[in-house]
Amino acid sequence: MIRDLLQRAPMRRLLVVLGVVAVIELITGPPGSNQYPTSGFTGSYAEAASFFGIFRTQRWLVFLALALVAWGVVELWTRFGTAIRSRGSHALAGPRQMTEKRPVRVGFALVLFVLGILLPHIVNNAFWQSALVTYVAIYVLLAIGLNVVVGFAGLLDLGYVAFYAIGAYTTAWVTGALPTPPPFGHPLDAFWAIPFAVVFVVIAGVLLGAPTLRLRGDYLAIVTLGFGEIITIFANNLYGITGGSTGTKQIPHPVFHVGPIKYTWGLAPVPYYYLALGSVVLFLVIFSLLQRSRVGRAWTAIREDEVAAESLGINPLKFKVMAFAVGAASAGFAGVITASADNFLFPSSFTLVFSINILVLVILGGMGSISGVVVGAIIIQVIQAYLNHTPPSGYQQPDLYIYVGALLITMMIFRPAGLIPSRQRRREITLYEKSHEGHPDEVLLGDDV
Amino acid sequence: MLEVADAVVRYGAITALHGITFEVNEGEIVTLLGANGAGKSTTLRMVSGLQAPASGSITFQGRDISHTRAHDFAKLGVSHVPEGRRIFPQMSVEENLEMGAFRRRGSISEDLERIYETFPILKERRKQLGSNLSGGEQQMLAIGRALMSQPTLLLLDEPSMGLAPMIVDTIFRIIGEIRAAGTTVLLVEQNAAHALRLADRGYVLENGRIVLAGPASELLVDPRVRAVYLGEDVDSAS
Repeated sequence: MIRDLLQRAPMRRLLVVLGVVAVIELITGPPGSNQYPTSGFTGSYAEAASFFGIFRTQRWLVFLALALVAWGVVELWTRFGTAIRSRGSHALAGPRQMTEKRPVRVGFALVLFVLGILLPHIVNNAFWQSALVTYVAIYVLLAIGLNVVVGFAGLLDLGYVAFYAIGAYTTAWVTGALPTPPPFGHPLDAFWAIPFAVVFVVIAGVLLGAPTLRLRGDYLAIVTLGFGEIITIFANNLYGITGGSTGTKQIPHPVFHVGPIKYTWGLAPVPYYYLALGSVVLFLVIFSLLQRSRVGRAWTAIREDEVAAESLGINPLKFKVMAFAVGAASAGFAGVITASADNFLFPSSFTLVFSINILVLVILGGMGSISGVVVGAIIIQVIQAYLNHTPPSGYQQPDLYIYVGALLITMMIFRPAGLIPSRQRRREITLYEKSHEGHPDEVLLGDDV
Repeated sequence: MLEVADAVVRYGAITALHGITFEVNEGEIVTLLGANGAGKSTTLRMVSGLQAPASGSITFQGRDISHTRAHDFAKLGVSHVPEGRRIFPQMSVEENLEMGAFRRRGSISEDLERIYETFPILKERRKQLGSNLSGGEQQMLAIGRALMSQPTLLLLDEPSMGLAPMIVDTIFRIIGEIRAAGTTVLLVEQNAAHALRLADRGYVLENGRIVLAGPASELLVDPRVRAVYLGEDVDSAS
C-alpha cells in the first residue's frame, strides 16, 4: 500500500520537495560554533525566529507552506497544463505573431527606452538613483557583452572581468591617476578614456583569443579563467605601473568638452545613469544588428557544429576572436563608467566571482537572447540592490549566493533555456511540443575529434 | 583533378595512412572502400584540409593544397559532407542550406530551388529544425548544404551510414544525378556493393595502405573484394 503510493510520480515529487525544504531550512539557519557543534542543526529546525521579519512564524512553517504551494502548482500544471496551453495558444496566437513583426518589436523597444529615460524621475530616492547605475546599468552592459561570447558564439569565458578591469585601469591611466604617465604626457578627461579603453580591450581580446580559441569547451574555460586571474595579479603586483593593491583614488569625473559644448559629470548619480543608458542602447543596437548579420550566422554555425561550419568555409578562429573582441568592448565601456563614477579602483574588486556573477546573469536571462539577458540582469541586480539596501532581519550579504544558486538550479530544471529563451531555442521548444513528429531516436551522430 | 601522392598522416605516435597515392579525374565517381579503421575517413579529412598530411602532396586542379586550411576549401570548389552528417540541429532546413552558401556572394534563391528540386522532401520540411529530421532527410540536407557552394569536387563520407536500404538507394541515385550535373564525386563507403555499382573506379584501403585499385566493374568481380566486403565465400566466387 505504502509502496504503491511511493511509486506514484506526484508522491515522489512531494518527497523531493520536502527534502529540499529540509536543506533550505538548514542552509538558512544559524551557524554552529566550536562549543556547540550541533547547534547549527538543532537551531535550524527548532528555532522559532521569524522569516526575514516578513512573517511572524517559525521559518519551517513558511518554507513548508511555500513548498506545498509550489508542488501543487507543478502538479496541476503537469496534469492540466497542455490543455490550458492549447486553449490559450489560440487566444495568444495573434499577439505572439505580432511580437515577431519588426515594427512592433521596434515600437516596444522605443517604449522601454522612453521608460528608461524617465526612470530616474520616477525613482527619486537617492539610493535607488545610484543603484540604477552601480547595480543595474553597469551589469546590463557587462551581461550583454558576455552574451555575445557565451550566447552567440558558444565560448565559455570565465575571465570576462579582465576586460572590465582593463577598461577601468585604462581610465585611470588616461586621466593620470596611475603612477604610469598618461598618454601624450598630460592627463585627459575621463570621457576620452572611452576610445582608449575600447581599443585596449579589443587588443586584449585578440591577444587572448588568437592563441587560445583553438581550444574547445572546458579547455577554453580554464584558459580564460587563468587570464582573468593574471590581469588581477598584474594589477596587484605591478606597483609602479598600476598603483598596486591600494589602486588609486584620484580618477576625475568625466568632462565632455568639444568646442562650445561642455558638460561635467559630478557626484550626482543620474548623469552617470544616462551615460550608462546611452552605452547600453548603443551596444544593444550593435549586438542585435550583428546577431542578424552574416557574422551572427557564422557564430551560430560555429556554436552548433564547428567542424561542419569549417567545412562550409567559415574560419572558426577568425569569428571566435571577433566574438571575443566585440564582447569585450562593452566591458571596456562598463569599466570606464564605473571607474570615473566611483573615482577609485582596487585590484581586489576584479575577481573570479565577478566573472561568474555576470555569467549567472546571462544564463538566467537566456543565453543568446539579448532581451532575456537584459531582463535577467535587471531582475537579479534589483533584487540584490534591494537586499543590500534594506536587509531583512537574518539576511547577510553572502547569503545572496544561496538564493541565486537555488534560483539557478530551479531554472535549469524547469526552464533550462533561460527566462526569455533566444529565438532559436524558443522555436525548438514550441516545435517539439507542437508536433512530436520528429525522430527523437535518430539523434545527430557527432564525433568530437 | 585531384592527385594525392604518397601522403602520410599521423595522429601523434600512430600512423593512420602509410603513404597513399590515388587520383580522381574530372567527371568521375571514385570510391574508397575499406573496413573500420582502414583510413577512409582520415583520407577524406586530409583531402578536405581538416587534417594536414605529415608528408606527401595533395594537388587539386594543379595547385598544391596539402597545407590549405579547411575553411579555404569551400573557396577552391571542394565541398565536404562529413561523417555523421553534422547538420546544424537548431537551424531550420532552409537556414542550413543558406549556411552552405556562406562563402558565396549574390543571390542564392536559384540554388535553393535547384536543391529543392533534387530533394523535394527538403522543400516540404524547409521550416523544420535540422534535429527534427529523420536520418535519411538529414543526409539529404547535408548533401544539399554541400551543393549550395557550387562545388566542382564533392567529398562524401559514408552517406549510407545508419540508413534504411530504401533510403540508401535514393541517396545513391541522387549521387549519380549530381555527377551527371557535372560535379566530380569522391565517395567513401563501407557499403561496397552499392558504391562499386555506382562508381567508375575504386580503391581499397587496408590498415592505412591502398591494397587494390581499378575500375569499379573489375573490383566488383574481384574475388578478394567479394570475399572481404561482399561476404561471399572465396571458393564459390572463383
